[in-house]
Amino acid sequence: MKYVDEYRDPALAVRLLAEIRQTVTRPWVVMEICGGHTHAIMKNGLDQLLPAQVELVHGPGCPVCVTPVETIDRAVAIAARPEVIFTSFGDMLRVPGSSSSLFMAKSAGADVRMVYSPLEAVALARQNPEREVVFLAVGFETTAPGNGMALLQAKREGLTNFSLLASHVLVPPAIRALLSSPANRVQGYLAPGHVCTIMGWQEYVPLAEEFKVPIVVTGFELLDILAGLLMVLRQLEAGEHGVENQYGRSVSRDGNPGAQRIMAEVFAVRDRPWRGIGVLPASGLVIREHLAAYDAERKFAVETIRVREPEACQSGSVLQGLIKPDGCPAFGRECTPEHPLGATMVSGEGACAAYYKYHRTSHA
Amino acid sequence: MCLAIPGRVVEIFQENGLLMGHIDYSGTVNTICLEYVPEIAVGQYTVVHAGFALSVLNEEEAQQSFAAWRELTQAVAAQGTDVFGNPLEK
Amino acid sequence: MHNLNPEDFSCPLPIMEYETIQLAHGSGGRLSAELVSRFFLPRFGNETLNRLEDQAVVDFSQGRLALTTDSFVVDPLFFPGGDIGDLAINGTVNDVCMSGATPLYLAAAFIIEEGLPMVTLHRILLSMEKAAKSAGVQIVTGDTKVVNRGCCDKIFITTTGVGRVPAEANISAANLQAGDTIILSGSIGDHGMAILTSREGLSFASRVQSDTAALNGLVARMLQASPAIHAMRDPTRGGLATTLNEFAAASGAGIVLQEAAIPVRPEVRGACEVLGIDPMYVANEGKLVAVVPGEVAGTVVAAMRSHPLGREAAIIGEVVAENRGMVVMRNALGAQRIVDMPVGEQLPRIC
Repeated sequence: MKYVDEYRDPALAVRLLAEIRQTVTRPWVVMEICGGHTHAIMKNGLDQLLPAQVELVHGPGCPVCVTPVETIDRAVAIAARPEVIFTSFGDMLRVPGSSSSLFMAKSAGADVRMVYSPLEAVALARQNPEREVVFLAVGFETTAPGNGMALLQAKREGLTNFSLLASHVLVPPAIRALLSSPANRVQGYLAPGHVCTIMGWQEYVPLAEEFKVPIVVTGFELLDILAGLLMVLRQLEAGEHGVENQYGRSVSRDGNPGAQRIMAEVFAVRDRPWRGIGVLPASGLVIREHLAAYDAERKFAVETIRVREPEACQSGSVLQGLIKPDGCPAFGRECTPEHPLGATMVSGEGACAAYYKYHRTSHA
Repeated sequence: MCLAIPGRVVEIFQENGLLMGHIDYSGTVNTICLEYVPEIAVGQYTVVHAGFALSVLNEEEAQQSFAAWRELTQAVAAQGTDVFGNPLEK
Repeated sequence: MHNLNPEDFSCPLPIMEYETIQLAHGSGGRLSAELVSRFFLPRFGNETLNRLEDQAVVDFSQGRLALTTDSFVVDPLFFPGGDIGDLAINGTVNDVCMSGATPLYLAAAFIIEEGLPMVTLHRILLSMEKAAKSAGVQIVTGDTKVVNRGCCDKIFITTTGVGRVPAEANISAANLQAGDTIILSGSIGDHGMAILTSREGLSFASRVQSDTAALNGLVARMLQASPAIHAMRDPTRGGLATTLNEFAAASGAGIVLQEAAIPVRPEVRGACEVLGIDPMYVANEGKLVAVVPGEVAGTVVAAMRSHPLGREAAIIGEVVAENRGMVVMRNALGAQRIVDMPVGEQLPRIC
């Protein structure tokens, strides 16, 4: 596959690894914010190959993992209604709410369907005018424009039986919250390449300036991640801080203006709770007032469903990089992919699941 | 967080008033919305996420990275072995 | 869509009063008899089945029998490269022959939802006929039930197979020994991705073809080359990762795989990348993985490559004394990771 295979070349990876070894002279803590990076790092075994001075911390960049329990509970409540066809990306189906998941709701009789694109949910609304089609719109800036586009398309086609249960999150406010925390240990960041494909890298310049941290926008293949790390480490070693773009083949300074326009048209920025972390200011997207007819929360009056997060799960500390997944007392014991306590164990991209899948050192 | 995969545009068309395209990933083809990349042409590569094309891939930038990596790491004579010093199995 | 088969034209749809299956077709009365005589017997007919007794009575020489049963439910019924019919034959033939046995007879039971178009049933039976002929097995007994609409999804097929196990074969997942070599007969993930990409609602206009095939011919050639095969399975549901984990668990041995040695077709890999799915966990229906003593591995691979279904056979790893009960994958950089059992079905993901 072009743009994939050449970025997995082991010979070049070896050279980049050697260059990283030569560059590093003292310990550094670098966070990869994005779950996609975490997955690629674990899958390629980069944590085993990097010099011991480089500590990678897995950040909160998994939309499934940070979706609040109450959003799942609201989804399950809506899905249970007989007139509803509830649609979702595959990621969210297994995620446990406080007592059920969408998969469990399906077993209990709900019409829950998996889609690959939100436009498929719009097609379902078109084909089933007598039913209410609801789409669980999760994701970061990468996914929000497409979900917004689905809403606008339904509106354009006059489909009144389509709505979004929206639970979108934004990356820069999360980085700001992590950097502002007194417990912060992270010295440099790999920023998410696909979020930046939409938003552009300029969004991160104020963060790098204010907190004096290097931030490198990074792609998702083996060589991308190694090159991104090398760029962060070079800045750290040189005492510099700034935004660099490793993923130039997809990311520009200003991103994708068309996608940003749709996002702004459909969604407004609000404070929002992140599962395991708490409420972060201006970190979420909600459907704008004039589109309320397409907002499933209002349409099905589920805003009253409120839930407290379970306490045994330390996913919050994991997502903030305060502990490693296997540092949690429940890891691999009460909490496994079969019986997850928190979403970081459910999602394939969650730090806990990635650790469990690829790297159970205690068992190895 | 966001799984997005590069593919080649093989066809561009309108469907329900939206700019759509067929994208080929080494022989597997699916239908993708191209509304955010109206400038894209057949034969170009795009990064696809959840049914939407996010960007037109910049071949020149891609070539530059490779040139830079080769140059950057030329000094390293580790070629042929893995990071543990074992011969590479290709 | 399923390709039109010239045989569909040479075997025209039998003339029946109804265009779709009725509950009465499963009542045991005249319509049931008509369904059997006009649909099933012309396809599968043989001396044993034609007697229409309540059971098949067959000759059997002394020795060991391999017996297996499997139910087939698949959506869609017809997918690129195959359909529920050839799947139901090949799947059971493969389960029989993974013991080293020569498959001989099959039994087939059909649960049909009322309303299934006769033409659909006919197409499935034609496909079963062809697959059974190609695998060299006879369908000697069977059963048909019709259930109310909504009580099953179009058609479920259960096939049971028996085969004769050669005296020298001793094949079991428990037999793995350190020093053994792991051989895979070809590329992985083809069937599962053919099904997934042909599901409605995933926007695919895909070229991924299922690999459904009967492996008894390949197995016979392998046993001819060396009867010393320790373990053999066809990695169906749960994929190669699941089968290898079953081997490791049953034998208590460790398995180390070389990631670069495992073949995945480009179009399968493309579909896997798009949907965020790991081909190691995707179903195959025409592949086998064999564990053989290191010293015969070369001979077995050469024999496999001489068979059309084993042309891409490759050594993918070895059995080791370390990592007991675990499967570990080594990548080109020398890093190792655990290849675990999957929790459930892999779902397409966006993140």
